[in-house]
Amino acid sequence: MRGVPKSVRDLSFWLLPVAGFFAFPDYLVLGSQMLIAGLFALSLDLCLGYAGIVSLGHASFFGVGAYTAGLLALHGWHEPLTGLCVASLAAALAGLATSFLVVDRQGLTRLMVTLGVGFLLHELANRASSITGGTDGLSSLELDPVLGLFRFELSGKVAYLYAGGVAFLAFVFVRRVVRSPFGLSLQGVRENAARMPALGVPVRRRLIAAYTLAAALAGVAGALNAQTTGFVGLETLGFERSASVLIMLVLGGAGRLQGAFLGSALFLVAQHLLSEQSPAFWQFWLGGLVVALSFFARGGLLGALDALLGSLRRRGLAPAGGAGAGP
Amino acid sequence: MLDSPTMTAIKLWGSVFSGFGALGLGMSLLLGGLLSACESKRAEPAAGTATTSASASPSTPEPEPKPGPAPAAPGPVKIGLIAPFSGPFAGAGKQIEGGVRAWLDQHGGKVAGREIELLVKDVTGVAPDVAKSLAQGLIVRDKVDFLAGFVLTPNALAVAPLATEAKKPMVIMNAATSVITTKSPYVVRVSFTLPQVSAPLASWAAKNGIKSVYTLVSDYAPGADAEGQFKKTFEAAGGKIVDSLRVPVQNPDFAPYIQRIKDKKPQAVFIFVPAGAQGTAFLKAFQERGLSKQGIRVLATGDVTEDQELDAMGDAALGVVTTHHYSAAHDSPENTAFKQAFSKVTGGKVRANFMAVGGYDGMAAIAQVIEKLGGQIDGDRAMEAFKGLQLQSPRGPIRIDPETRDVIQTVYVRKVEQRPDGFYNVEFDHFDEQKDPGK
Amino acid sequence: MSFLGVVFDGIAYGSLLFLISVGLSITLGLMNVVNLAHGAFAMFGGYCSVWLTTTWGLPFLWTLPCVCLAGAGVGALAERLLYQRLYRASHLDQVLLTIGLTFMAVAAATFFWGPTQQRVELPDFLRGQVSVLGLDLGAYRSFLIGVVVLISLGLRGLIERTRFGAQLRAAVDNQQVSAGLGIPVQRVFCLAFALGSALAALGGALGIELLGLEPSFALEYLVYFLLVVSVGGAGSVRGTAFAALALGLCDVAGKYYVPQIGAFIIYALMIVLLMLFPAGLQGRRA
Repeated sequence: MRGVPKSVRDLSFWLLPVAGFFAFPDYLVLGSQMLIAGLFALSLDLCLGYAGIVSLGHASFFGVGAYTAGLLALHGWHEPLTGLCVASLAAALAGLATSFLVVDRQGLTRLMVTLGVGFLLHELANRASSITGGTDGLSSLELDPVLGLFRFELSGKVAYLYAGGVAFLAFVFVRRVVRSPFGLSLQGVRENAARMPALGVPVRRRLIAAYTLAAALAGVAGALNAQTTGFVGLETLGFERSASVLIMLVLGGAGRLQGAFLGSALFLVAQHLLSEQSPAFWQFWLGGLVVALSFFARGGLLGALDALLGSLRRRGLAPAGGAGAGP
Repeated sequence: MLDSPTMTAIKLWGSVFSGFGALGLGMSLLLGGLLSACESKRAEPAAGTATTSASASPSTPEPEPKPGPAPAAPGPVKIGLIAPFSGPFAGAGKQIEGGVRAWLDQHGGKVAGREIELLVKDVTGVAPDVAKSLAQGLIVRDKVDFLAGFVLTPNALAVAPLATEAKKPMVIMNAATSVITTKSPYVVRVSFTLPQVSAPLASWAAKNGIKSVYTLVSDYAPGADAEGQFKKTFEAAGGKIVDSLRVPVQNPDFAPYIQRIKDKKPQAVFIFVPAGAQGTAFLKAFQERGLSKQGIRVLATGDVTEDQELDAMGDAALGVVTTHHYSAAHDSPENTAFKQAFSKVTGGKVRANFMAVGGYDGMAAIAQVIEKLGGQIDGDRAMEAFKGLQLQSPRGPIRIDPETRDVIQTVYVRKVEQRPDGFYNVEFDHFDEQKDPGK
Repeated sequence: MSFLGVVFDGIAYGSLLFLISVGLSITLGLMNVVNLAHGAFAMFGGYCSVWLTTTWGLPFLWTLPCVCLAGAGVGALAERLLYQRLYRASHLDQVLLTIGLTFMAVAAATFFWGPTQQRVELPDFLRGQVSVLGLDLGAYRSFLIGVVVLISLGLRGLIERTRFGAQLRAAVDNQQVSAGLGIPVQRVFCLAFALGSALAALGGALGIELLGLEPSFALEYLVYFLLVVSVGGAGSVRGTAFAALALGLCDVAGKYYVPQIGAFIIYALMIVLLMLFPAGLQGRRA
């Protein structure tokens, strides 16, 4: 696809959700969940795919965002957009606070720290049940219409467009960040952290910034989840959510922004389909898929497609240019 | 020939289309095709057993199609069953589905001349967003007449607003937190609430000479509910709570807690922990440390010694006094018939427990409502029909409170005994007409 | 009085943690593979034991050596077929593969045994309490501590006094140089993995009484094993032992003396220790 500007290529991906809105009007609730999960995976991509921090506790920030938005709605602040901003801020603060624990460590230690923080937050939320509702969670959250015009209703149209709009803006933003010198320096840190100081890059500060930004975005996803489902529970902070977002991201392809959304879409559709056919074996096939991925498709779906296109190109069967928005 | 800018534009669109667009459209078509193929496959009615045998296993969500056309009627009554069928709560989902299918088996799968179509959805565990998505799909795509199931409170709480908006009756077959029925005027519960079974236990204890109790509950909302209610009722009856402990929900080792209890020497211990491994762990540690030899009794809600897990607990559970609304050992013709039907539809591998009864009675209640409405289902009229509904359940007599839409039932006091065919909760006392004190 | 009881319980719990985690420590230290499926190996041992006692009627104690052999076999197989490819892979790939394996193991356990918990019949002399020096100590816990002490001594002998042990230590210290010296590193890996899996399986079987056995075991307790290894330091058996005992004691003591704090202790403690000792208490890899 030589001659096509990269921005068009990258953003043309968003034709899919738009097409989905018209093609599948009965599945819009599932669709908005895909978008929210995609945004969450995108935030993890920033942290993992670009900065190279493997985190098994990313749901901490999703949960902080969700609870913030939920508590605001519960205590009288029903405006969704400002709620989103406040939630994002809260998650960013949480990210900043914990980033110091995470950026100085490597390998297993770092993984354990992220895991530990996740469990601690989960336990804290359970304890503070007078605020968070404990295992019962915060329910029946009421929200004003978006921009004063669009009420959330049963068919899920408004929720879908709301989530989609926010996700799109986030995507554009992250794309800017990733292609900026900041973003490129992150990739440098991921590839070889030892060399970066020689280029004048303050490694630690970059990692903290990246982690905080990722946390902020995860908080946005969490707030969206709270606002569109009208419910916040402990599982927004749980290990299951951290593990599944990791799988979604890797499924689609880390380090390529669309991979986050593709992976989430695939994961949720597969879950939807498999849980109808054979609910007990969803976990087995998921496990098998993940194992197969780690062997054959290390770059996820997009990586595999790239490889396919590459081999087709070598045989002259496809136009030049990549499939996804690689960095 | 075309000029250069036009050529570029054509190439541009050509590349976009052939490159990414093809991928995108292809994926959309694939996903759409898969989704719609799956939806159309599932339009099968629940089969009566007279004609088919393969409906025996409840884990297949797609029963055999009934041979021959249905009579010229408004079609089947659709019931959406939302419960966990995978993950740590998979057993619960299977019990509920087994209970529902047991009822259907006994009644030929039809009510008021209409087939009953059961749409089973796996919520995978504590996942309110999945629950909401499934419920929305059931309401909007599948156009169900009733929503049913709901094992876990957060899932029920997330779906309640949908029931209100869509005016669909929502039948809670297990979730036991008091507040659920207040979340929507379309919610009705046929299972139980924790305060409802904890209060009689406290009354029984006070009446039977137990003056000091040590409470130990898992540190989450149901545990807090049980502890709160027990304490309230017990202290009101003149008893004394010696101390209270909250243990982590997934606690591997009860040894230090048992040690604390041993030090305080109460007359009895009241516990609430999630059914299964936790209950066994506690009771084993309790027995190992000789607390039972010291004469300290164990009081618990029936969740701890529930029928499916009881045999695995074995000797450690002997003598534990519990209160609950259902025991497999309950002696009544309804219970015998129920257990037989349950065994038939589930392959006879597990014992029916209180969740299965929730499924069974929920289905019975829905059937009664359909009959009362003459087969014409309307959300508001259905809710009116639910209020004050009475059933002779396998557990005993139950009725739905017209004001709170919650269940009023007999709570039995039982003791774990060993019988030739296994361990059972044997009923020896009861409290009639118990309402949910949590409201 | 009760203080000693608490110490005893803490040591018992810690011993079990050590038994299961030592394999993970060796794997991580030796091959630098984050093996999140380690809990699944322990669970496998537990289910093997259950299967042998229920289907074949074997007494519990006899199942223990069988479970060790089974664990070793499965471990060796897994190493040759799957883990070998992970040695050069990134941590992310390792996390993915092993999480995937764990999911499959959990689903398989649910399929074969159902989601409910399993139990084993203990021989009579292991039930109840024994009176030792005026203290009432749990019989089974005493047995457990005894077994773990024996195994630790055996392990120490293996590592410090045998050729294999020397090869193992060399490979942990510096793989490339060891290979250069003619040490069959691949074979050492395979045997070490098999050993670790055997111990984990044994721990899983012994743990049925203490921790219970359900399909979710593999994921639930994984955190504790990872905790022990990261605090103790990968590759160090002694570090793992210290960490396991420390965590076991703190957990039990915390629950006894300050139960309100409960689950926090173990996670907070882990974070604190990791901040102070990034490579673990006795770790060799930073």
